[in-house]
Amino acid sequence: MVTLQDYEGQTPAWCPGCGNFSIRKAFQQAMVELGMEPHQFTIVSGIGQSGKFPHYVRCNTFNGLHGRSLPVATGLKLANHEMPVFVFCGDGDCYGEGGNHLLNAMRRNINVKLFVHDNQIYGLTKGQASPTSLEGTVSNTQPFGALSQSLNPMILAVAMDCSFVARGFAGDIDHLKELMKQAITHRGFSIVDIFQPCVTFNRVNTFDWYRKRCYKIEPEYDPEDRIAAFQRALELGERIPLGVIYKHHRPVFEDKLPVIRERPLVRQAPFPGIDGALEEFY
Amino acid sequence: MDYTVKLGGEAGQGVDTIGTILSKVFTRAGYFLFSHQDFESRIRGGHNFFQIRISDHPISASRSLVDILVALDRQSVTAHAQELSPAGMVVYDATTLKEKVDRPEFLDVPFTEIAVTHGGSKIMSNTVATGAVLGMLGMNLEIAYEVIRETLKKKDEQVIKANLDAVRAGYEFAKKECLRCSFALASFNTRKMLLSGNDAIGLGAVLSGCKFYAAYPMTPSTGIFSFVAGKAASHGIVVEQAEDEIAAINLAIGASFGGVRAMTGSSGGGFALMVEGLSLAGMTETPLVIALAQRPGPATGLPTRTEQGELLFALHAGHGEFPRVIFAPGTAEQAVYLTNKAFDLAEKYQIPAFVLTDQYLADSTWTYETIDLGKIKNTDYRLRGDAFRGLASYKRHAFTENGISPLGVPGDAAHLVVTDSDEHDEDGHIIEDAETRRRMVEKRLLRKLPLIRREIEPPSLYGSTKPDVLLVGWGSTYGVMREAVDLLSAKNVAMLHFSEIFPFPETHTFDYLGLLRNTRLTVCIEHNAMGKFASLVRAETGYEFDRQILRYDGRPFTVETLLGEIDGHLAGL
Repeated sequence: MVTLQDYEGQTPAWCPGCGNFSIRKAFQQAMVELGMEPHQFTIVSGIGQSGKFPHYVRCNTFNGLHGRSLPVATGLKLANHEMPVFVFCGDGDCYGEGGNHLLNAMRRNINVKLFVHDNQIYGLTKGQASPTSLEGTVSNTQPFGALSQSLNPMILAVAMDCSFVARGFAGDIDHLKELMKQAITHRGFSIVDIFQPCVTFNRVNTFDWYRKRCYKIEPEYDPEDRIAAFQRALELGERIPLGVIYKHHRPVFEDKLPVIRERPLVRQAPFPGIDGALEEFY
Repeated sequence: MDYTVKLGGEAGQGVDTIGTILSKVFTRAGYFLFSHQDFESRIRGGHNFFQIRISDHPISASRSLVDILVALDRQSVTAHAQELSPAGMVVYDATTLKEKVDRPEFLDVPFTEIAVTHGGSKIMSNTVATGAVLGMLGMNLEIAYEVIRETLKKKDEQVIKANLDAVRAGYEFAKKECLRCSFALASFNTRKMLLSGNDAIGLGAVLSGCKFYAAYPMTPSTGIFSFVAGKAASHGIVVEQAEDEIAAINLAIGASFGGVRAMTGSSGGGFALMVEGLSLAGMTETPLVIALAQRPGPATGLPTRTEQGELLFALHAGHGEFPRVIFAPGTAEQAVYLTNKAFDLAEKYQIPAFVLTDQYLADSTWTYETIDLGKIKNTDYRLRGDAFRGLASYKRHAFTENGISPLGVPGDAAHLVVTDSDEHDEDGHIIEDAETRRRMVEKRLLRKLPLIRREIEPPSLYGSTKPDVLLVGWGSTYGVMREAVDLLSAKNVAMLHFSEIFPFPETHTFDYLGLLRNTRLTVCIEHNAMGKFASLVRAETGYEFDRQILRYDGRPFTVETLLGEIDGHLAGL
């Protein structure tokens, strides 16, 4: 039986009070409740405070480059599609540096789960604006405030017909845990954008700021209604929905590849025979 | 015998189709063949050519003189008629070129009219031209019939018959009308295989158990991608066209981390985007093979032409210090073996390995009676299944005497496989302390380097073992340098060719440095403007070549153009 102790990783080097601790707790509980063992899946992460996540939860880990977690996760999933692959990254990591990969992960619908630690700021580099920072956010590199409109990842995901689109909040661990479990058990590319207050560099989007605005999507809501999903995803002002905004089952990328239908690539014979290999050249 | 057939025309006119069919016919008839292509970066118009040289003895380069010039457009005549050999012929369709040339070396074959009369459509005019060349050479048509049938096997019998009629009509017309044709073909019966540089790399990859290939299309590397993609179904390979080259290399790294042999390929501009990922492979000790097919830069440069400008780029690419190997095959055969060796060393030492080519090598074809696939070496160095499960403990980046840590497949055992782009400890977790950092650099880099270096073969020497003149080159110039040496045998010339470039080869099995130092005149020949290889040799050994021949117009040397360059340097001897 897997227990929470199995998920005690390295001691986190995050700031005291950081929202990442709650994300870690939610994930550890979700794993225990799903009965998954640390060696049965892999977390791919990028760079930023979120990138350190897999070290702190004990599991197979590929902590790669800033912005490049999704292609690594996709390659890994294609090598061994029977193994669950999760990506933990930040808003700068995934929405900034890795934006093109996000679009294409949603297009492919690779069965990888993406959890975005969205603190609306660059923490590791000490407080610059991120793609999700509010317009006007002043920082040491944005002297006149962030001039670009902030990115709404949820509306982007719904527009891309992403298979599973949800938002969680580090201030509500139980709710986040349930969202994680749903994302993990959903078959298809899943994004969970997680509001995660940065207690050191973001003085605007605090726990209180989120608590004032966030509400849980009511149980009657039908996440398979895409028009309704667009409306919910657009709510990013005084009221912000938490929960599953959109879900839609469509064929996953791995299922469309005949060469891995029988077994994963990694379980296939490593080397081909050489007999007749030259025949086509005569 | 030694004949050159040159096919010239606009993009989209069928130069490639005629060239491909003729190449197949010649090799199946048993001739040795070498072909290279010169094309513009456009889909229609412009001027392209496909040059095929056939011989009764092994050849490995193009000649300047042309024996049969197939002119599908006027520019073929203006650009190439002066390349004709004394007995050479131009074959053309006066109606298409809107000009009748009244000279004995010009043979007007109404390709289009014959195509309509005998094949029923002007689409067949390329087939007529193919037939005309075979008629001028006086070859037997049976092999051409066979090749056309195979090429069109998915078409209706009617289409096949029309093409067979068209090829025969072109053949008969040319045979009857070309009174001046005096080509004498030796007769052969051992069929040869025909292999291009790009196909050779693809073949080497497939035979090495490459299970994953991700790339973004870029000339001249795309042929490798399409070759491997063609084997996806039969060999169980996942190929993915990535959104960009950054994704391509990270996809390949992810697949390799997952436990399969993975590869990516590109040309300079695309590889420039991969550089960060290259460093990631170095840090995480993830095996990776990269095919880098060079073309002239900077930036977009000459997209469809050739250059050897990226040797030092491949060598220095990637931030930080990590080991790598660089191979630069000189022939299609070497490309098969060296791609295999790249996979082997990449996995054995958990490093990135390059197969560095250029457009000339990528798109040229060579003939062989066969290739010895017994030389393919496949060892699975990964720790999988029961062997992994049976371990009492496991550390992905364990400190070992030879620097090689066990490469476990994640998910195969209860042991966790952890790696990081940050500096890490033996377990793969992030560290900051100086001692672990120092030990990890020693493990990852310094301990492996001498072992990797020991795997590298010295350069090959061709020609006199005590030469007065030594021509030195690397990669794709192998063939043309070799033929130059043959033609200069009276002058005691030899070639020293490097195809395993980095780590720079040691000298204890072959003291090539001693040879260089004791040779009266050494000439380093490269397709770039700054002598990239010469500067590598200087950096690695302190040796400085006496002379350099550098070509950087995007075109490959023919035997004659190279001889012309060499002549200038021999004058004072």
